[in-house]
Amino acid sequence: MSASIDTSEFTILIVDDEASVRQSLDAWFRDDGYTVLTAENAAAALSVMQERQVDIILLDIKMPGMDGLALQDRIREFDQDVVIIIITAFATVDTAVRALKAGAFDYTTKPVDPDELSILVRNAVDKVRLRRENAALRENLDTLTLAEDIVGESSQMRHVLDMVKTVAPTDSTVLILGESGTGKELVARAIHMNSRRKYFPMIPVNCGALPEGLLESELFGHERGAFTGAQYRRKGKFEMAKGGSLFLDEIGTLSLKSQIDLLRVLQDKEFHRVGGEQAVKADFRLICATNIDLEEEVKRGQFREDLYYRINVFTILIPPLRERPGDIMPLAEHFLKQHCAAMNRPLVGMTDATRETLVAHHWPGNVRELENAIERAVVVNRGSAITPEDLPLRMAGSISGENGNETLADVERRHIQRLLDENKWNISRTAERLSIDRVTLYNKIEKYGLKRPE
Amino acid sequence: MREVELIPLGSSSRGLGLDVVRDGIMRVLPVTVHIREARFNIEDAFDTSRQQYHSTQILARMLEHAPAGESKMLGITSFDLFIPVLTFVFGQAQLDNRAAVFSLFRLHNEFYGLPASRELLYERATKEALHELGHTFGLRHCQDHPCVMNSSTYVEDIDLKPGHFCLPCSRHVHSVA
Repeated sequence: MSASIDTSEFTILIVDDEASVRQSLDAWFRDDGYTVLTAENAAAALSVMQERQVDIILLDIKMPGMDGLALQDRIREFDQDVVIIIITAFATVDTAVRALKAGAFDYTTKPVDPDELSILVRNAVDKVRLRRENAALRENLDTLTLAEDIVGESSQMRHVLDMVKTVAPTDSTVLILGESGTGKELVARAIHMNSRRKYFPMIPVNCGALPEGLLESELFGHERGAFTGAQYRRKGKFEMAKGGSLFLDEIGTLSLKSQIDLLRVLQDKEFHRVGGEQAVKADFRLICATNIDLEEEVKRGQFREDLYYRINVFTILIPPLRERPGDIMPLAEHFLKQHCAAMNRPLVGMTDATRETLVAHHWPGNVRELENAIERAVVVNRGSAITPEDLPLRMAGSISGENGNETLADVERRHIQRLLDENKWNISRTAERLSIDRVTLYNKIEKYGLKRPE
Repeated sequence: MREVELIPLGSSSRGLGLDVVRDGIMRVLPVTVHIREARFNIEDAFDTSRQQYHSTQILARMLEHAPAGESKMLGITSFDLFIPVLTFVFGQAQLDNRAAVFSLFRLHNEFYGLPASRELLYERATKEALHELGHTFGLRHCQDHPCVMNSSTYVEDIDLKPGHFCLPCSRHVHSVA
């Protein structure tokens, strides 16, 4: 037995109609520290297995009522993992072959040599241990997807992660809201990776990046000859996401026509490829994201209300970085480590001035801007620690902005923010004061990550 | 100090090395060992088909005839012992209780076709005595250190393990003995 095994973590169930056999095996394995359970017949064994997690079963074949081989078949119907060792006083080649074919781990005859029994059980324990390690590694891999990519110690980010954990195992449609660069796709991926669909792909579609004409074919796929140039049949994103998740980023930019198409797929749970007649079943979980106010878009008639209610089932709001300054340094350290490794550079630190600069910055581009800043700093840095001079110039100066070193963008952002506050975020009045139209003001608000106070 | 009764079981106590085993136990454990005659016989624990003695039944006899008090009882016999599911056992003990028994039958070199060695036999017997007594003091098989509580299924296992307890097991025994 290897030194590190805690035998009490392994539960052995002894199934034998002879009390003396149960008692002696019970005592034998208890001396070794195992957790031992006993059952005098098949019914008692099944009842024990309903109550307790069993790792190894020592199973007698000849028992009154259901015999050991029949019990093994029953157990295999609901538990493929438990390791079964057959111990019988009446060994025949036929029963041995039948037991092993039906999934027994090993087979021995009573009375068994103590050393043989020790080896049998040790091998069984090794098998259970490997399976547990395997499961733990899988779980770790999945957890790493979350832990590595989503960095944040603030209460706001913990809340986001709590919501991810809550909604992930369900098949609900999720709407992720957040400014550009807050990591909406990472949150979508975390939902997918923690769902039962994780072994199928998550297909991301950036609705804003595709022209109207291409979007239809991109989502629905097309049959050969559906249009000029369609030489082969092509699967669309709906089809590629089969069994998995479909992530529609920037859903607010979908044209009204595409919105109707999407709504129909969500309602009918099936769709047709462009130029195709046969309906294809839709089997995906929908995760949407947007950085614009969909409710406002609905009011403006730019987004269909029925689609809005269909996708707005469970909403996760990712707060902008400036509202959770406690996350700035953990994120910066994370990106520093990541980019130093990617560029094969020794891990460098940051000077205190750099930390102050990073924390003081407004981060209109959110986490993406922070990552870009750190990546740039790692590229230009030649010393032992990242200095404010290594950061993008505009940012390095922002800390002293109040002293007259502000960039034009900083001044614009501050001016718009002040007028919005003065006009209680009335968009029309603020736009009028700024002598710009409302759309331009919306764009500026988005560009600078300005947010209406709650 | 805890008392241990070392009880020879069977027709004769000759060749059991009772004095050697007693002294060996007292060198390692904080106990006083007394050699006592058995107040019972073990013949009904004999299984004619297997030609061996059922150790669990021997423990039951020992408990039936246990003296008052909390002394431990350690049976020593030259007969071969078994429990139903195994071909043999070197010994058997009640975990954290009073009774234990062990056999010299498979500790003889002659059993394995090797030249007799009284010294080796008593060394093995003392280790088995300490091992079974360790169980009565609540110790399970020790896996982490060279220790007399290591599990032995071969006589070579007994020769490999030391004749004393590892530090954690020793601490435990000293705290309860």
